[in-house]
Amino acid sequence: MIRFILVRFAGMILVVFIVSVLTFGIFQLAPLLSHTSPVYYYTGKVPYPPGSPQLQALIHRFGFDQPIPVQYWQFLTGIFGKTITDGTSAPVQCPFPCFGYSFRQNDLVSTLIGNAWPVTLSLCIGAAILWLVGGVLVGTFSGLKPGSFVDRAGMTGALAAVSLPIFFTGPVLLLLFVYTLGWLPGTGYVPLTTDPLGWFESMLLPWVSLAFIFAALYARLTRSNMIETMGEDYIRTARAKGLDRRTIVVKHGLRAALTPIVTIFGIDFGTLIGSTVITESVFNLRGLGYLSIQSVRQQDLPVILGVTIVAAVALVIANFIVDVLYAVIDPRVTV
Amino acid sequence: MTLGSPNELEVVAAEDGLTGAGLEPEDQRGPAQIKGRSLWALAWRRLRRDKPAMAGGVVIILLILLAALADPLASLYGQDYAAQHNSGAEAAKLLDPLTQMPIGAFSGVSGRFWLGITPIGGQDILTNLLFGARTSLVIAGLATALSLVLGVALGLIAGFYRGWIDTVLSRIMDVLLSFPVLLFSIALITVTGFISSAAMVRYAVIVFVLGFFSWPYIGRIVRGQVLSLREKEFVEAARSLGAGNVHIMFREILPSLVGPILVYTTLAIPSNMLGEAGLSFLGIGVIPPTPSWGQMLSDAGGYVQIDPWYLFLPGLAIFISVLAFNLFGDGLRDALDPRGSR
Repeated sequence: MIRFILVRFAGMILVVFIVSVLTFGIFQLAPLLSHTSPVYYYTGKVPYPPGSPQLQALIHRFGFDQPIPVQYWQFLTGIFGKTITDGTSAPVQCPFPCFGYSFRQNDLVSTLIGNAWPVTLSLCIGAAILWLVGGVLVGTFSGLKPGSFVDRAGMTGALAAVSLPIFFTGPVLLLLFVYTLGWLPGTGYVPLTTDPLGWFESMLLPWVSLAFIFAALYARLTRSNMIETMGEDYIRTARAKGLDRRTIVVKHGLRAALTPIVTIFGIDFGTLIGSTVITESVFNLRGLGYLSIQSVRQQDLPVILGVTIVAAVALVIANFIVDVLYAVIDPRVTV
Repeated sequence: MTLGSPNELEVVAAEDGLTGAGLEPEDQRGPAQIKGRSLWALAWRRLRRDKPAMAGGVVIILLILLAALADPLASLYGQDYAAQHNSGAEAAKLLDPLTQMPIGAFSGVSGRFWLGITPIGGQDILTNLLFGARTSLVIAGLATALSLVLGVALGLIAGFYRGWIDTVLSRIMDVLLSFPVLLFSIALITVTGFISSAAMVRYAVIVFVLGFFSWPYIGRIVRGQVLSLREKEFVEAARSLGAGNVHIMFREILPSLVGPILVYTTLAIPSNMLGEAGLSFLGIGVIPPTPSWGQMLSDAGGYVQIDPWYLFLPGLAIFISVLAFNLFGDGLRDALDPRGSR
């Protein structure tokens, strides 16, 4: 078991390393290929004329004159804390986890990520609960009676839901529940700590529209697993010894049918943290996705780099937890 | 390719006296050529009875026709997708001078603009939807082709050679599958935007990010199948006849994989269509004036309270197209599944 965990842990570090190298690498390519000073991508302006000694000094101060591997190493060690200065204003202390300073937004990248983090986490957790409960319920009832009306309705609905993008369902839900019926307040995040009810109301539509697509996938998956499990011999045995239907379905059927769902869930939840960009932008939630797309518009490279790496870390941690859990749940997995 | 070839196969199978009841292949892995044919014939027969799948197929063909004939259709209809009707004498009749919103119900539907015009720009919505279909299909098609070529070739190599090649390729697939794809794509598109803002470059980058990050899905499927296929008698037979590795991989093993590859293709296209629309929605997709459904939705989102019709049209276009591909792909998977009872 220890060896299994260690191997997976090494794999995790490898993934984060590769993501960081690639992301860092493409940001080194940009100034090289476009013949623009890297200072521009870092601070948003080139304060001195090209070739001037002041600009050279600035390039030296930021370390852009170093070989790329050295720059990468400095970035990596810098994560554990460093002092940032552009030479004109007061130096900024950047404690762990330090991803640099956003000169466009005048704040530490870690502070920006720290502010955005709870929004994305609220969105992901709420949506995950909704889609797990919804998807598994629909899938179970469909799988118990394949071909029935419930099954057909459920699966048609699921197929339709998979085909609907959030950037369509989102505005339609907003139009219906906010602008027309007025049941919910407008867009924007309300922190849980200041106003729990407001938080719930502000997150309800984002949860529903994000959960919609996943619920459909989970319903289809649960259904096919359920059909397979209910055809197993041990279910027939359970029926033969006179167990009531509820016990058979819940204790014997669902339990086996849900094991693969756990795996998929871990992967999906991990990926979700990096893919709520569209939901956040539809509902005007200032989460990680919104932060990254906003940084793209402002060409704020340190922020994009930081968000991408944080998302990669979240993703591999989720995958890691699932792998370990799976090995614990399912004894057939070789440890 | 979508509907034609199974039909052909059925004819061949019928000539060989292979259709009819009682010819269910007992074993999916049956290596014989003849059984392969009858599987296709059975699949086509199952598919033909699957009404939703056939409806999906019809919609797909219509969609491809519309996208291919967008130019002549648009000139027949008499509108240009890029033309803005927001200046000059006609503007006051089409757009409200105060709000710049289209005058009239349903985004200003008229005999001239069948589905109305956009706010502010005053562009014809119908032609934008028409050319948007082309954007969507071409990008999704190319991206799917890229992931297919990479996935099938590397999956074949990994499964066939095994050993360290397999280990390396499988690790690469694992890494790619646990990659924050969307964020990385955003970063990549931003950076290439610095280098070149040409529309074609962006087009290519979108195809790349959609195709490149999805090849491990088909790669894994192919690898798994090849691992078992390479031990079959027909491979041994080919080898004893002196066939080389490349011949065995591409001429002997690959034909047995057409089924899963076809299913993957029909299900990857809609997901790439959604991917393109999503990137365009975020403003990092195709560059205007190239029409895109995602871009239209993003634009329409801002006017949803005043002009909801404008939102529904591209939304419906995406929904119908993606649903059609999904229905067809699902039907195809069921039809090709030898365990299927339908």
